[in-house]
Amino acid sequence: MAVAIILLLVAVGSVLFHLFSPWWWTPIASNWRYIDDTISITFWITGAVFFAVIAFMAYCVFRFHHKEGRRAAYDPENKKLEWWLTIGTAIGVGAMLAPGLVVWHQFVTVPADATEIEVMGQQWRWSFRLPGKDGRMGTSNVRNISSDNPLGLNLDDPHGQDDVVIESGDLHLPIGKPVKVLLRSVDVLHNFYVPEFRAKMDMVPGMVTYFWMTPIRTGTFDVLCAELCGTAHAQMRAKVIVQEEADYRAWLDHQQTFAELSGRITAMKTTYKSGGEQEKPLRR
Amino acid sequence: MVDVPYGATAGIPPAEVEEVELYHPKSWWTQYVFSQDAKVIAIQYSLTAAAIGLVALVLSWLMRLQLGFPGTFSFIDASQYLQFITMHGMIMVVYLLTALFLGGFGNYLIPLMVGARDMVFPYVNMLSYWIYLLAVLVLASTFFVPGGPTGAGWTLYPPQAILSGTPGQDWGIVLMLVSLILFIIGFTMGGLNYVVTVLQARARGMTLMRMPLTVWGIFTATVMALLAFPALFVASVMMLFDRLLGTSFFMPALVEMGQQMNYGGGSPILFQHLFWFFGHPEVYIVALPAFGIVSDLISTHARKNIFGYRMMVWAIVGIGALSFVVWAHHMYVSGMHPKFGFFFATTTLIIAIPTAIKVYNWVLTLWRGDIHLTVPMLFALGFIVTFVNGGLTGLFLGNVVVDVPLSDTMFVVAHFHMVMGVAPIMVVMGAIYHWYPKVTGRMLDDWLGKFHFWVTFLGSYLIFFPMHYLGLLGIPRRYHDLGEAAFIPSSAHTLNAFITVAALIVGFAQMVFLFNLVWSLFRGRPSGGNPWRATTLEWQTPHTPPRHGNWGKELPVVYRWAYDYSVPGAAQDFIPQNQPPATQAVQGAAP
Repeated sequence: MAVAIILLLVAVGSVLFHLFSPWWWTPIASNWRYIDDTISITFWITGAVFFAVIAFMAYCVFRFHHKEGRRAAYDPENKKLEWWLTIGTAIGVGAMLAPGLVVWHQFVTVPADATEIEVMGQQWRWSFRLPGKDGRMGTSNVRNISSDNPLGLNLDDPHGQDDVVIESGDLHLPIGKPVKVLLRSVDVLHNFYVPEFRAKMDMVPGMVTYFWMTPIRTGTFDVLCAELCGTAHAQMRAKVIVQEEADYRAWLDHQQTFAELSGRITAMKTTYKSGGEQEKPLRR
Repeated sequence: MVDVPYGATAGIPPAEVEEVELYHPKSWWTQYVFSQDAKVIAIQYSLTAAAIGLVALVLSWLMRLQLGFPGTFSFIDASQYLQFITMHGMIMVVYLLTALFLGGFGNYLIPLMVGARDMVFPYVNMLSYWIYLLAVLVLASTFFVPGGPTGAGWTLYPPQAILSGTPGQDWGIVLMLVSLILFIIGFTMGGLNYVVTVLQARARGMTLMRMPLTVWGIFTATVMALLAFPALFVASVMMLFDRLLGTSFFMPALVEMGQQMNYGGGSPILFQHLFWFFGHPEVYIVALPAFGIVSDLISTHARKNIFGYRMMVWAIVGIGALSFVVWAHHMYVSGMHPKFGFFFATTTLIIAIPTAIKVYNWVLTLWRGDIHLTVPMLFALGFIVTFVNGGLTGLFLGNVVVDVPLSDTMFVVAHFHMVMGVAPIMVVMGAIYHWYPKVTGRMLDDWLGKFHFWVTFLGSYLIFFPMHYLGLLGIPRRYHDLGEAAFIPSSAHTLNAFITVAALIVGFAQMVFLFNLVWSLFRGRPSGGNPWRATTLEWQTPHTPPRHGNWGKELPVVYRWAYDYSVPGAAQDFIPQNQPPATQAVQGAAP
């Protein structure tokens, strides 16, 4: 009896905890409300199954626990019941998988008008790059990286000259404009993670990864690293500031371009080695 | 089950197999240390696994102290925290759970349950243990080498694992990889034994579809492990080359702390594919023996046949096969090609169906049973609660787009602890309470057992259930300190402190369990040969504990499946597998 009650309390307590938990997802700041909706659907379906199974088990313990003279039934199989349970489960699984895949399709389909920006991770700080007036970012290569060219831009790529480079600063984004966030790393795995955006993706040295999203709310959001990257993993922070278009423009005008930065580093050109593998940002 | 018409087996003569092939020990050393008896090897495996598991338990206390009360304990810094989580994870998954289920339970139960005298290759079986012990010692030695153990996380992702920003770069990572290579060599020796023993050494009449589900679970898990561990083996060898010889299997061109490195052309994601090609089956290598064992615990202690035996067997085999095509669901945000997400999300959610069938059949076995709330049964019930909980949160993480916000957060930590930490440990505990009488001839103390169960079950639930919500909030895993972040409310710190207190209490309960193990060895109530009145062969041995060779002069002959509980008309509520069909009263009931 006591066992049955405790089991039931575990089931009821879990549901109540879920309903009244003060710990819940942060208010969303991107277009990925669909992801939240898919999580909600999953919570409803799995929650119902959890409660049903545990409550049924508690009932069995209550109803069929050993008493003097009780003898168990002998029923090895019940094909019909087993098939119905299988089909019911398959339907439940389909009800979670189908919306999940639809939303995943949106997640991996980058809109044509998305602006490309670049986030670069290194132990243990963030750098950012925005396309300049030409709207395109220049190519880059890890082998070009030096203290004067921290992002490893190719010096002879004209598209790179007007790129806005933000070293160890904060990223600003205009509200309502889709962005394709290109992700690079110079050393180990990192992961560009802003809880309010819901989206995240690993940054892998040797490759360019990406995700896309549209900021829908102005504000300042913490950037965290979500892939273990060494001792100072937890301290690898930056901020994303989502602004109205006009504020964003005003901020952008004050930023230095790569050409301006590299004005002080022309001497570096002599040591620049061409050739080797060229990393190109993914283009759709 | 109805593979032989009833009555047709009545004429099977007893097999007259002399125990001549066995190597009988001639000294104390060969009886207790370099023993070739699977039962002694099983105990050696279990004690070694428990010893290194205690280290992992202490590490979990240390990391919980840091998380619950950051900054309070000056002897824990960021590097040490990472070393703690890495060693805790690796020990628990590989050196404790895999070794205990396969090396421990597999060695003890397979020969006894299928009616064999021993494993088919006893000498190789002995070597398997000693290599495992060596692997454990190499692993433990990393606590004492310069730089300490590796802090790369149990997944050991390169390039980070072998670069200088990670603790344990000098010796720790090298010894970790060496230890894994040794473990796999040792396991392969044992694993081949388990598979061949099940296939070749079953008693007469023990058809595959009459085997207890425990044997099915361990057998399938072993086959999987033999196929999955080689992926980890090659990954470990390659990473060792990258670290020691400067090859670039997993290392692209990169710049470390401002220095251009000589690496180039390798792929960090290749390592992840190899790791998870092992790593996901590994989840089921731990889970399938637990599934099998818990089925037998529930059936025995509910005095009822397991419901849907054939479906249970096929579910075990199906899960085993499917688990090889779901590995990349650990890599949805790794940067692999996004189209992979469609395939792996689909396969992952499909695996939920056979898993759900198993859960239904466990609870349906309770239906109209005669449920004895013994300690093993309590642990089995605790397993169902935690496994259902952890299995269902797997549907979040397996469904690719839902995984995106939750990946790398505390939600993942809570999920896998519930489903492959707490749930299998519940089965391990239940199994120990269940089979301890066979191993020692004495019962474990019931009162201490119930105390142990309730504190462990409720305590673990209080640790890991709320932890999901910290992940939903967005708190990343592998952070020794949450630091300042606007989205983390102060109540999250309170919850972390609560979880730490619960973890310490659960840890204390394990000390009570250890005390019970030792105390009952000397003072426990004598159990007799079959205290649970169970049907399977290990309870029908002529001696308890069984002697070398298990069966005395004659091997048992099996006439029925493992689940003849409460057969209508039978005098007792169980019929051992080796009891010949004699009376008309049971006709038609015993398949």
